[in-house]
Amino acid sequence: MEKFNTHTGLVVPLDIANVDTDQIIPKQFLQKTERVGFGVHLFHDSRYLDHAGTQVNPDFILNKVEYKGASILLARENFGCGSSREHAPWALQEFGFKVIIAPSFADIFYSNCINVGLLPIKLNEAEIEQLFQLSTDAQLTLKIDLPNNVVTCGELSFKFSLNEFQQYSLENGVDSVGWTLDKLNTIKAFEAKMPAWQ
Amino acid sequence: MTITNPQTMYEKLWQNHLVEDAKGQTPLLYVDRHLIHEVTSPQAFASLRLHNRPVRHPERTIATMDHNISTRSIKIDAAGEGAANQLRALAINCKDFGIELFDMGHKNQGIAHVIGPELGLTLPGTIIVCGDSHTATHGAFGALAFGIGTSEVEHVFATQTLRQNKAKTMKIEVKGHVGAGISAKDIILAIIGKTGSAGATGYVVEYCGEAIEALSMEERMTVCNMSIEFGAKAGLIAPDQTTFDYVEGKEYAPKGEVFSQAVADWKNLKSDADATFDTVITLTAKDIKAQVTWGTNPGQVVSVDGIVPSPDDFSDPTEKESCIKALKYMDLTPGTKMTDIHVNKVFIGSCTNSRIEDLRAAAGVVQQYQGQQVIEGVDAIIVPGSYRVKEQAESEGLDKIFTAAGFEWRLPGCSMCLGMNDDVLEEGDRCASTSNRNFEGRQGRGSRTHLVSPEMAAAAAITGHFVDLNSQ
Repeated sequence: MEKFNTHTGLVVPLDIANVDTDQIIPKQFLQKTERVGFGVHLFHDSRYLDHAGTQVNPDFILNKVEYKGASILLARENFGCGSSREHAPWALQEFGFKVIIAPSFADIFYSNCINVGLLPIKLNEAEIEQLFQLSTDAQLTLKIDLPNNVVTCGELSFKFSLNEFQQYSLENGVDSVGWTLDKLNTIKAFEAKMPAWQ
Repeated sequence: MTITNPQTMYEKLWQNHLVEDAKGQTPLLYVDRHLIHEVTSPQAFASLRLHNRPVRHPERTIATMDHNISTRSIKIDAAGEGAANQLRALAINCKDFGIELFDMGHKNQGIAHVIGPELGLTLPGTIIVCGDSHTATHGAFGALAFGIGTSEVEHVFATQTLRQNKAKTMKIEVKGHVGAGISAKDIILAIIGKTGSAGATGYVVEYCGEAIEALSMEERMTVCNMSIEFGAKAGLIAPDQTTFDYVEGKEYAPKGEVFSQAVADWKNLKSDADATFDTVITLTAKDIKAQVTWGTNPGQVVSVDGIVPSPDDFSDPTEKESCIKALKYMDLTPGTKMTDIHVNKVFIGSCTNSRIEDLRAAAGVVQQYQGQQVIEGVDAIIVPGSYRVKEQAESEGLDKIFTAAGFEWRLPGCSMCLGMNDDVLEEGDRCASTSNRNFEGRQGRGSRTHLVSPEMAAAAAITGHFVDLNSQ
């Protein structure tokens, strides 16, 4: 996993609550055996007017020219609810997103983001509202500083927090499987004590 | 003598599986059982190969083909090239890594969350994971069961453990007994209607109360299955004699002395009487009526004797906005009686409602209509959850009841719940579905889903609209 330190990028505001992972990447695009090839299908049903994905929907925010190249997705509450498909963060990442900012995330989606190095940032409702206002009125560029847990834009700054180990893993690009395999003796000791039925 | 603080069932399960809780690290939990399928595993296997790592406990891992298989043919190529590639990849991966696979037409094949319990792979007091959000189903046995992403699938493959932060605890008590004709699906939809679709985010939920204790294992699975639909990490029901009787004798369940020891341990799992929960929600069972969703998340639900709500009914601006968006997508007008909503498709199946009791309940309703057929203009399919369910249903003659009434009797699989195979709704279709998600586009682009019980779905197939069966 790539290390995450700081990132500066353009914000695109997606003003919809309860965006589920079926919206982020519909099921017909899950039939791959590789981790790549999902970005082009991100938000397929909203981005395209037709099933085949040949007619771009000019009204969808990701298709608007002023947000082209955005790498920070600003979202509403309960982002990423529904299916556990990790294809959702893969698709967001491949499209170019490095950071998602929302007032709340669904639990499985949040873990999946951390595991692939896509930074999910929770801010409170008032801060989110302020960012929606700013990014809707004009182009908004934010600086994300993970080591210092702060989002800044000129004079504005918002603090955020992450679980200690998740922060460490993102900053250091930890191979979580390798990390746990170093604890194999502890795991074996646990197994030795398990009851026969377990 | 050690004095232990009173604990909830979740805290006991957590404690029993805690491998390590090192400072500055996310706690490491042991995983007893890992269920896998074709869609969320291939990238995890690829990463194992890349790092030259084995599956640490292939005997704790079970694979099934369920998500994108055809329900018309057992041929691997029947659901298209993409599906066939994934299914073949699963077969190769299972062979290479030594994992038991229930492949096309195998007697044990079926939806992961149907076969786990019916084979005795699902046991109380265990941690069960699967790359699928409806893994919470297994919580019906008092197992801590939850869905995981593909990176976590890889972590479990390689280490048989998972890092998890501790969730908050929520108790949902359903007091008293439900009225006649009220199903487990109605109970869980009523709960989600009360909490909202993100009401339990960050929580593990424990369902309890007389109405829950009275449920069969199949019904308990329906309740726990939809825990994710209001955001819960997992749902739990305390194991009791109903649970032990169900598990005993199942193919993969412990036998003899080991089973007796297991039951003795499982009896200790229930939450201590004085344990405290972070949140407590109470419902009165007799107030729960048959439920139908009207919107595009499972929390947008009303009783079948109710009406489609208006945006003005919601004071919260987000809920109001969601209502406007949902009404537009669903093409519904506020004030419309739910019983006046007509459907043209019916799907009875999915990990929520495809077990033998669900099929019996649906067949019972069909019989109540005494020879009436699925109404013209409606296509209705029944997809059993597994080959064992299918075989049992056929031995009871349920398939004959359905086909005689004009329903299609299909082969097991996830089918139209998510439409990864060719069981997809067309744009504008309106479906009475026993599945778990009514998201926009879930069953097909531009299609409209109403979540209901098997009884309601069967009645909708015959009458063409929703019916308040209990007022007849």
